[in-house]
Amino acid sequence: MTDVARSTPRTGDSVIVERGALDALLGSIARQGYQVLGPTVHDGAIVYREVHSAADLPIGWGDEQDGGTYRLRRREDEAVFGYAVGPQSWKQFLHPPRLRLWRARRGQNGAGLEIVEEPTDAPRYAFFGVRSCELHAIAIQDRVFLPGAHPDLSYASRREDALLVAVNCGEPSGTCFCVSMGTGPKASAGYDLALTEVLDGGGHRFVIEVGSDRGALVLDGVPHRAADAADARDAEQVTAYAVARMGREMPEVDLRALLYANYEHPRWDEVAERCLTCGNCTMVCPTCFCTSAEDTADLTGEEAEHSRRWESCFSVHFSHVTGGEARLSPRSRYRQWMTHKLATWFDQFGTSGCVGCGRCITWCPVGIDITEEVSAILSNPTDPTPPSEAS
Amino acid sequence: MTPRAHRVVSRRRETADTWTLALESLPGQKLPLFAPGQFGMLYKFGVGEVPISVSGASTALDPLRCTVRAVGSVSSALAATAPGDLVGLRGPYGSRWPLAEAVAGDVVIVAGGLGLAPLRPAIHHLLAHRNEYERVIVSYGGRSADEMLFVPELEEWRGRFDLDVDVIVDIAGPDWHGKVGVVTKLVELAAFDPNNTIAMMCGPEVMLRFAALTLRSRGVPKERIYISMERNMHCAVAQCGHCQFGPMFVCREGPVQRYDVVEPWLRVQEL
Amino acid sequence: MESIEETLAATRMFHNLTPEQLSGVAQLGEEVEFTDRARLMTEGEPAESFYLIREGFVALQTEAPTGAITIETLHGGDPVGWSWLFEPHLAHFDARSRGVTYAVRFDGASLRERCVQDPGLGYELMRSFASVIVERLDATRLQLLDVYGRVNGG
Repeated sequence: MTDVARSTPRTGDSVIVERGALDALLGSIARQGYQVLGPTVHDGAIVYREVHSAADLPIGWGDEQDGGTYRLRRREDEAVFGYAVGPQSWKQFLHPPRLRLWRARRGQNGAGLEIVEEPTDAPRYAFFGVRSCELHAIAIQDRVFLPGAHPDLSYASRREDALLVAVNCGEPSGTCFCVSMGTGPKASAGYDLALTEVLDGGGHRFVIEVGSDRGALVLDGVPHRAADAADARDAEQVTAYAVARMGREMPEVDLRALLYANYEHPRWDEVAERCLTCGNCTMVCPTCFCTSAEDTADLTGEEAEHSRRWESCFSVHFSHVTGGEARLSPRSRYRQWMTHKLATWFDQFGTSGCVGCGRCITWCPVGIDITEEVSAILSNPTDPTPPSEAS
Repeated sequence: MTPRAHRVVSRRRETADTWTLALESLPGQKLPLFAPGQFGMLYKFGVGEVPISVSGASTALDPLRCTVRAVGSVSSALAATAPGDLVGLRGPYGSRWPLAEAVAGDVVIVAGGLGLAPLRPAIHHLLAHRNEYERVIVSYGGRSADEMLFVPELEEWRGRFDLDVDVIVDIAGPDWHGKVGVVTKLVELAAFDPNNTIAMMCGPEVMLRFAALTLRSRGVPKERIYISMERNMHCAVAQCGHCQFGPMFVCREGPVQRYDVVEPWLRVQEL
Repeated sequence: MESIEETLAATRMFHNLTPEQLSGVAQLGEEVEFTDRARLMTEGEPAESFYLIREGFVALQTEAPTGAITIETLHGGDPVGWSWLFEPHLAHFDARSRGVTYAVRFDGASLRERCVQDPGLGYELMRSFASVIVERLDATRLQLLDVYGRVNGG
């Protein structure tokens, strides 16, 4: 297994791994010390859980997605990745829903105060089956948590240790729009390995691109052969198929300029009549990152904890300021979410906050479609003076 | 960032609901250094954290001072901390008052209510480097006489020949013999050169907008007016999302912001 | 001290008057001085004068059972008294000097007469007063908003 004389794949190489060797691949990852997380079928959805063998994966499953609609369906083949993304994203592992930040202890008689930062140990994760949109989402969250004077150390350590095994989509869903967002369907960067599943007359195999030394190491010991031009064409066809089947399309205009110029557009009133401010979109969105602080003390009053938990800008108290809430109306909260995602995110982090995964559309109980909202404003812009350019 | 324990050495009541806490670091540790305008996060064991105005930088002679208004459970608990007790402090965060940019010109300080707290370190800096500036004007407005901060110090400042300090109240009690009206009145009356002035303002948003109008009508350009903004902070490091104001994270791009940058966003309702 | 005309020329509320118009108004003015606590006007009494404060401190007050309440204080450059504009020309508030106040007093009847004779001047004078009234209204509204209070303030 560790015979250094054998030729190991290198970054940039392309290899073929047969479907039958998938267990070997998963086993190799596990042997490198990773906890492998991947898509599984659970409770009628495809969610990310621990994966020990190929049998844990959603073999032969597909999905149907639309505004406010998600269903699994049985495929006619045994494709391993024949579906789009489910309600979860990888952010739950890199940026957990609940995280203790520090513990505090009082001394005897309430004197003294000791504050202990929470250590950042977390398992080494391997994310198996990361879609291109999700790779972009991770890169986007990297820009939120890593730069600056106060990087999020917990995120940084999980991120650094994580092995990313990407999958190039072959089966987009009714709400996917990565093409118009420039985020897929083919993974272009940020992965250790990228798999394209090919299932045709020639058999069932994976065209794997090696993205890093870590990825190359994983392939060492997994039966594979070098990919040839025909294999490359097979993989391209899978991608082309996906490109042609996007469920939605985001208008390819300067969204930042468009939304900055339309803060008082009547569409916000219209969507507010439908939006329940339930916050589902923020929970399923792979880039949403807002959190709230939480403090608890034990019954003795000697130990306390300060934690953070996921929060949604749709919650009324999110925008609490002295004297009340800055965003009381549902209109203002929907506008905040959408203008942050598509416009102010550019000023904050240099990219869009949206990766076109379509989760917000699928998991909105009333099926609000962010691409449709943009189109509605675009087709009838009203406010000619953007806030950032007003005199 | 994790807070460090600090000792409250004194607690002074400023108004009915506002206290100034003086903090010192524990033996072997150093106080964080706050530039005028920056804020810290103060932690009360078991209750939580709130952003606080640093109203006095620590010096060889003075401990660090923060002024807390008791509006919620955390701030009330902090304001009630007895001298000798320990609280957690982390910082410094945020942007600072443009004291370097204001050199060689007039400085107009406009404060309303609790807004004098984050401006106090700026005033101290101006006084400690008095020769670097031309006229220094402090215009302070409050609801009433007993809701003003730092009154003994204000009276001391008023006695100086190199400082123009004036105060005004919205509502005069029977014992008030000073000016009555809105703080914009003081800005109208103050003597400064609008072509060579930087204004630094802090107070309720409505007051800031009116004061900015008054300054502009006197010829001070928007680019030379700075305000301190307030939003809810949870993390103070631009990662929790709470303090967003349009594209700005008030904890990072603020709280001190230039008026021309912020003004268009101030006009958006429910931003 | 400068002449009345110079005072008017330097006063913001009259910036819309031509030098000729300023001169015309100045002729109707006389220099006055109020000692500490002297009254410029008394609520309910005929108020036929309009004052322009040159230097000093005037408290606009109203009597409450508990004593005099100061609603607003007026200073150099501020006009005092609008009752000369409209019948029945009775003061709405008390106005008292704090310390010595130097002012220019204009006789209301003479001013009104002049406005009738010279409608152009009359129009400009009304504009001047309107600008001050608007400013006072804004300020009063800001005071009413009680921005420093617990509920609305910051």
